[in-house]
Amino acid sequence: MTNSPTATLERVSHLPSGHYRFVDLLRSEWTKLRTVRSSWWTLGVTVLLGIGISALVTAETRAHWSSMGPGDKLSFDPVSTSLIGLFLCQFAIGTLGALVVSAEYSTGTIRATLSAAPRRPAVVVAKATVYGVVAFVVSEFVSFASFFLGQFLLSSPARHATLSSPGALRAVFGGGLFVAVLGLVAFGIATIIRHTAGSIIAFVGILLVLPLIVQALPSSLSLNIRRFLPDRIGIDILSATKAFPNAFSPWAGMLILCLYAFVLISVGTVLMVRRDA
Amino acid sequence: MIEAKGLTKHYGAKHAVEQLSFTVRPGAVTGFLGPNGSGKSTTMRMIMGLDTPTAGDATIHGQHFHDLRWPLREVGALLEAKAIHPGRSARAHLTMLAQTNHIPGSRVETLIDMVGLTDVASKRAGKFSLGMGQRLGIAAALLGDPETLLFDEPVNGLDPDGIRWVRNLLKGLAKEGRTVFVSSHLMSEMALTADEVVIIGKGKLISQISIDELLAQSSESFVRVRSPQGPALKQALEQMGAVVVVEDDGSLSVRGANEVAIGELAASIPVVLHELAPQTASLEEAFMLLTEDSIEYHGSQAPDSKGVSS
Repeated sequence: MTNSPTATLERVSHLPSGHYRFVDLLRSEWTKLRTVRSSWWTLGVTVLLGIGISALVTAETRAHWSSMGPGDKLSFDPVSTSLIGLFLCQFAIGTLGALVVSAEYSTGTIRATLSAAPRRPAVVVAKATVYGVVAFVVSEFVSFASFFLGQFLLSSPARHATLSSPGALRAVFGGGLFVAVLGLVAFGIATIIRHTAGSIIAFVGILLVLPLIVQALPSSLSLNIRRFLPDRIGIDILSATKAFPNAFSPWAGMLILCLYAFVLISVGTVLMVRRDA
Repeated sequence: MIEAKGLTKHYGAKHAVEQLSFTVRPGAVTGFLGPNGSGKSTTMRMIMGLDTPTAGDATIHGQHFHDLRWPLREVGALLEAKAIHPGRSARAHLTMLAQTNHIPGSRVETLIDMVGLTDVASKRAGKFSLGMGQRLGIAAALLGDPETLLFDEPVNGLDPDGIRWVRNLLKGLAKEGRTVFVSSHLMSEMALTADEVVIIGKGKLISQISIDELLAQSSESFVRVRSPQGPALKQALEQMGAVVVVEDDGSLSVRGANEVAIGELAASIPVVLHELAPQTASLEEAFMLLTEDSIEYHGSQAPDSKGVSS
């Protein structure tokens, strides 16, 4: 350090041809995601809580099976019961989705990022891709692990399912996908709001508070609106059988959720291009 | 080369930068001087494409920052100390930046060593001191070995050893033919580092001038005179056409007459002189004079700038 400061610097006489590439941005975003502890914490919580809650509920169901009424036994859905942990996962995955964006702003890293890669839409797409893939892999892992562990715990005489049971594979795969896409909804909210707390509150509000508000509307109106809400779309996907009247088909619901994520991220990207970093 | 043409930034009614035009040439350290809040950081952010100008244009080698093919390899910037995730290590921060522009990992290690962060490169940056944060920011700026470099207040938080290191670094980079643009609110610091300065106040250009010229301009000298018969001497000097200011301590600051003329005049009256001392204004004072109309936040009491020199 006391040497001539530039002694170790070799001059690059010419720039490489072409320009900075999207694949390099993906690599950079992956480095960002894996080099902060909060990512590992949230993903760890997602896996442990998701599988743990599913195991707890299925084990309890099995333990109390003999005392359950015949009606309860008839309406019991072993698939959705074993996936119950995903409802907790969605908050952890959503929090991570908000954090990967909002932490860049709260820490000022965004200015370093944009000084290296000024094309903002490319940065957002790279970030969403890396986060989306990670969220998808982890959510599917939790979903499948919950299902298999849950069915194992729901041993006879309790009713249990296999992947080939009607609607089971769709519910398990769809459940993981649902959580990942919901994470992208949180990601999109954060690109608009840019603050961690505000983004998470908005995300949780959409999942927990919005349904209550809609429920207070006259029932003819509320039924029509509720089927558009993410929580209903989720229940619809996780159930092997139709969860409630007036619901969209599971994949139609998923498509609507994807549309939400797409619109939110697009709006966030347009705002990002317009706003000062 | 950095060029600003009519660069303007308004935040609502506040005019942060107003019609600012200047050129930063390669092969020299160009200081960017102005009081706090005069728009230096905003200007640098506009050059880096982070803030959109309300009007005007900033280019690097004739190109907008947004259109650079390899931004990190063409322009390096230290815009704020510790613009880094506190949970991320210095190595991870530099690695993720290097990856965006396809810069090899070996370059990250080279820079960690160069800025003296080898021992703490794997530690979380949240525990870094301001000085360590500055070193990390400097490493990030040099990562792509760029031709053009921008540093916003790079010596903030550095110890004397670190300050000397940054000075030599900046001069070395300029000597290699690079364009080096450094902001500071301290004239004394710039006098030691810069070849040329762009001086702004309240977002407007006050002057773009070489340090040598500024020194020549600032040597507006005056003569300090002390006499038990001050009022009589003052009157005589003013009759001779000199401008006389009575200072708080009772001494006279005389402009428009040199020490020879004052001494002879005093003898002819006659008046007793206790002191007859020619004074030269420092660069700091020249800077204060240039910017005194454009200081954004005045202290409740104007500090006495006399005796402050580089």
